[in-house]
Formats: sequence, C-alpha cells, structure tokens
Amino acid sequence: MNKSIFLSVIFHIIIISLTAISFPYMIRKPIDLPPIISIELIQISDITNIPYAPKAKKILEKIKKEKELEKIKKEKERVVSEQAPPKVVKKEKPDAIPLPKDAKKKKKIKTKKQNPKKIKSEIKQASEFEKKELFDPDQIAALIDKSKVEKAETMRKSDKPTQSQDKNFVTSALTLSEEDALKAQIFGCWSIPLGLPYNEKLLVRIKLKLKSDGTVIKSEILDHVRMNTPGQGFYKVLAESALRAIRLCQPLRVPTTGYDRWKDLQLNFDANEMLKG
Amino acid sequence: MKNILLLIFLLVVFFAKSSFALIEIDITRGNLNPLPVAVSPLYVESKSSEALKELEVGSEISKIIETNLLRSGLFNPLEKDSFVQKPDIAHLKPRFEDWKLIKAQALITGKINITDDKLRVEFRIWDVLAAKEIMALAFTTVPDNWRRIAHIITDKVYERLTGEEGYFDTRIIYIAEEGPKNRRIKKLAIMDQDGANTKYLTLGNELVLTPRFNPTNQMVTYMSYFRNLPRVYLLDIETGVQEVVGEFPGMTFAPRFSPDGKKIIMSFAKDGNSDIYTMNLETKIVEKITEHPAIDTSPSYSPNGKYICFNSDRSGYQQIYIMRSDGSNAKRITFGQGIYGTPVWSPRGDLIAFTKMYKGKFYIGVMRTDGSGERLLTENYYQEAPSWSPNGRVLIFYRETKSGSQGEGFSATLWSIDLTGYNERLIETLTDASDPSWSSLLLK
Repeated sequence: MNKSIFLSVIFHIIIISLTAISFPYMIRKPIDLPPIISIELIQISDITNIPYAPKAKKILEKIKKEKELEKIKKEKERVVSEQAPPKVVKKEKPDAIPLPKDAKKKKKIKTKKQNPKKIKSEIKQASEFEKKELFDPDQIAALIDKSKVEKAETMRKSDKPTQSQDKNFVTSALTLSEEDALKAQIFGCWSIPLGLPYNEKLLVRIKLKLKSDGTVIKSEILDHVRMNTPGQGFYKVLAESALRAIRLCQPLRVPTTGYDRWKDLQLNFDANEMLKG
Repeated sequence: MKNILLLIFLLVVFFAKSSFALIEIDITRGNLNPLPVAVSPLYVESKSSEALKELEVGSEISKIIETNLLRSGLFNPLEKDSFVQKPDIAHLKPRFEDWKLIKAQALITGKINITDDKLRVEFRIWDVLAAKEIMALAFTTVPDNWRRIAHIITDKVYERLTGEEGYFDTRIIYIAEEGPKNRRIKKLAIMDQDGANTKYLTLGNELVLTPRFNPTNQMVTYMSYFRNLPRVYLLDIETGVQEVVGEFPGMTFAPRFSPDGKKIIMSFAKDGNSDIYTMNLETKIVEKITEHPAIDTSPSYSPNGKYICFNSDRSGYQQIYIMRSDGSNAKRITFGQGIYGTPVWSPRGDLIAFTKMYKGKFYIGVMRTDGSGERLLTENYYQEAPSWSPNGRVLIFYRETKSGSQGEGFSATLWSIDLTGYNERLIETLTDASDPSWSSLLLK
C-alpha cells in the first residue's frame, strides 16, 4: 500500500517536473492555439464511453450534422486564424519558423481522421468538443448533468493559455539575434585561462545589473563559496577572467528597447567546451 | 514524509518558475589569445649600490619576466615604449586609465633595494580592468641570484593569472654534444630553463646517457660507460659528489627515480632477456618487476607511485603498457599504427607523453592514461625523449637533423612544446644538446 502511494507520488513529481521543464519549449511553438486543444478532447470522450439519453439520440444526430458543417467552416476559419497572428511568428527563433507550418498540417490531418469516428459512434454527446457547440436551448436539456463539469473544464482550459502566454513573454525576452549579438561580443572579450584543469566543472555564473546603455552597475558571482574553497584555486582565476571579460566588453551590446526585460541578466561562463575540444 | 514530499514539490515548482524570471545567456566560447600584460621595469631605490644600478637590474629582471611570459605562449607582454607611467609611481599606485589605454589587462610593477649585500625585490600584480592589486610579494637573496628572482616572479604571475603552477624557476639537465658525429664528446650539462647559467658536470671522457632528475631536485641519476660497462650513477648537483649505484650487466637503459626519490627504476638485460627492475637506494636491494620473455624497457612511475608505464614488444611490436607498481596487471594501452616508445607519466597524472614512429617520421604525442585521446603534437625527421615541465603543461624533447654520410649537417637541439601543440620553441644551448630532463620547481 505504502509502496504504491510512494510510487504514485514519485510519478507525479516526475510528470510535474517534466512539464515544468518542457513547457517553455512547447510554448515557443504556436501549436497550442485554442481550436487545436478542443480537437484533442474528442479522443478522450471516445474512451470514456459515457451513456446517453435515448431521446437525445435524434437531437445528437442533428447536432452531428450541424457540427460537421460547422467543422468544415471552422477548419476554414482555423487556417485563416492560424496564419493570422504574425506576432507569434516574429518572436520565433529563425530555425523554428518552418515548424509551425508542419505542425498545422499534422493537426489538420487529425481533424479529418476524427470525422469517420464520429459517424460510427454515438457517444459524441459526452464529447467536450460537442459541448462547446451545444448552445441551443434544446440541447442544454440533454446535458444538464454535465454542465458543471464542463464549466470547470472550460475554466481550466482558459487558464492554461493565459499562463503559457505569460511564460512565453518572459522566456522570449531576448530574441535570438539580440542574444547572439551579446554572445559574440563577450566571446571576443573573454580570454580563457589555459591552465585550468579540464576534468573539473568550469562554470561561472555571474548575475549582472545593467544600466539602460549596457554599462554594468553591479556584478555578482553566484557560486561565491567555491572561490575560496581549498584546492579550487583555479576557480578564482576562472571567475576573475569572466569578470575581466565583462569589464572589457562594457558597455554591453544590449537591445535598444525593453530595458525592463534585461536590466537583470545572468551570464553563464563555461570553459569546459573550449578546453576539452 | 508528507512534509518532505510537499517540500520537494514546492522546490520543483519554485525552480521551474524562477528559471524563467531571469534571462540567462551561456558563454561557451572565448578567445585563446595570449593575455596582454604590461611588465613595468622594476624601480631601483637610490639607496642601492652603484654596481647594481650599472647593471640595470630593474629592467633586466623585467626583461626576463617578459621573455618567460612570452615563451609560455599564454601572455603577450606589451612594448615598453608605450608605457606612460614611471616605474616608481606605478608601483605605488598605477593610473589604471593609462594602462587600460594600451590594452593591458594585467600590470606587473616592482621595487629593488639592496642592504648589507642583500637584494630585496618586491613586486605587485595589478588587475587593470578591476583597478585593484591582486598579489604582492617580496624576496630577499644575494645580489648574484637576481635571475632566479625574475623566474620566481614569473612563476607567481603565471600561477595567479592562469590558475596553474608555473615552471620557470626550474633547471634542465641534458647531454651536451660536441665534435663530428662519429667522434662525439658527450658531457652532462645543466642550465636554467631559459638556457642561461650553463654548467658542465662531467668532463666528457666517458659516454654519458639519459640523465634524470630526482623529484626532490638535489640528485640526478644517469648512465655512463666505464671500461665499456654501463654504470648507473647518482650525482648531487649542489655538492658535485658522484656515487656509483651499481654495475649492471649488458644493456641497461634509462634509470629513473620513483616519485618519492627512494628507488630508481630501469631496465636491463639479464640472460639475454630485458626486464624491468627497481633498486632501493638505501638498502641497494634489486627487485625484478616484470617477468616476461618479451623486451620490456623505458619504465616510468605515475606521480602517486601506484602504477608504472613501460614499453614492451610482447604483442609483436613495441607498444606502451601500464601495470601496477608490483608488476601485476600489465595492460596494453596503445593500439594505433606505428611503434610507440619512451612513455613518461605527466606530473599531473592525467596524461602520458610518448614518442611514436610511423612511416619514417617521428612524433611526440600525449594520451590519457588508458590510451584514449591520443594527440600528436609535433612531427619531425627525428625527435624523441619527451620530459614534462613540473606543471605538466609543457614538454621538452630533442631533435636531430638528417646528416650526410660523413656526418655533415648533423645537429641536435632542444625544443619545447605545450599541450596545445601550437607553441613550439627552440631552447638555445651553447653546444648541440640531447636527452633533456626537466627539474621540478626549485622554490616550492
């Protein structure tokens, strides 16, 4: 008993941490547009097999037809709407630009596949996709019991995108070209001390406070303790070289706008790659 | 239990959130350009003796420091003509803006005074960009020793700015060669690491071979032929006293000290089979380490004394093997094409240097102690016998040129190369030279 609880907790933690780690990458792609989320929910209803009222059957068949029509409409709309927001695409990394198109294609194929399934099964009533569209007064009667659940779910649904939008905003605070400009500048300033032992971890993390013109107000080494650890004398040398690089590079090549985004900046100097290579 | 799980959960959530808040940029590349350093001439105080002033010891010391730093390949000493500040003022409080202007990232200043025939040299290292002093030391010695002071200062600068022990206050023992190729006179010679202060330790009556430093620096072991019999000698450099360790039969090769200096390890042929032996210098007890019908030669201890690397042809070709110091667990580590020889364990313990012969060319290379990561640093017509600098970053070895049938055009020279393989330099010697061995740091 205890064991299974323990396992369950561990799996939960793994799943939570996995989502926490992988989420920002997923958000970067504009795949998570609301219409697509609703499509995925159809599959869930197929599995859950919830019973339906016989009277509702006829209504449901009607709905199905209507729905199919609507779907076709929706698909058309979707294509338009997905192409519509150019802002998201702008934020994308250049490498990632071809991805959204591919992703859209895949999703479209999915929706086509779902059509035959719907015709076969009569379970559609419970599908959340339908629920969304069941806003006619007649249909509400058939679905009274589930209205609460639906509400809760729609709430959740509406929560998710807003969260992801926030994250999206923060993570894409520097575009790739802005980041590259800064990186290139610091690459040129950093003289890596060659005497470092290459089998040690050679990462120095420095937190910077910047002025709007890119000059450094404050620099702080995050692993400060290691500087004075016996036997880690090389680390001090490495940290000093990183600080020298920052001072030499001043003012840093920061974007001209959005000071709030980058006024605090963390630079991770990692010498391992260079020295091992 | 519940609390712990809750804590873990909160931590996961917290870190997941906080990592998004701050923009992080990974800097994984930098330049490997030599660090620009300004070495200001050392300021000689007026109290100092006239003789010392004439010598211009201050600028001489700074020149030696510059040469040392330049030869290391890691520093770029800046032209003195561009220095704005006077040495005495710079030593008190440098105007960092001026030094920044000439692109110096580090500044070395110093002061010399002499009292009661004692030379006192103090120096400071300044981080120009951080505008602060990062090291200050003073040394006192006899005036004649000023060259060593320069080397010691270089060691301190090197250590402070690269994070690695220096190798400048060291000496090199080698075989000085003179005369035509078929009638070579070979003498044992010792010099500073930069080629200065050469002294001959033997007269050249007998053939001398393979000198090696003791890790404690006082002693050298080498081989010499006496009435055509090979003998292993110990020589105390400070006192000049020589001692015969023993006379060994037939072909004896390359005696070397153990890391603690208490034993020497070598190979010699007994009953027609060459094996590896150690000899305890106190008890004179000789112990056989390898027991194999193949030819085992060139043993070298790991710095912790637990392992020995050596040459053997037990696979058919000469290859490098390692084994425990008691001779057990011998394992072949080289599998590349060609023939491998003269393995030497780095003082850092992480690498083994070797000579490789392949398609008529000679290479000096290094590899990890399991034989992986082989890197050939230099290629030439003939070169061999690498010896490590005490910090395990530079190798010294010798090269011979191709000669005509009468031995014309023949030369033997000492060279150094660092682990990057780019910084190859000739070490100037008074005569031809071969078989170098690098001492450990004199001042530890």
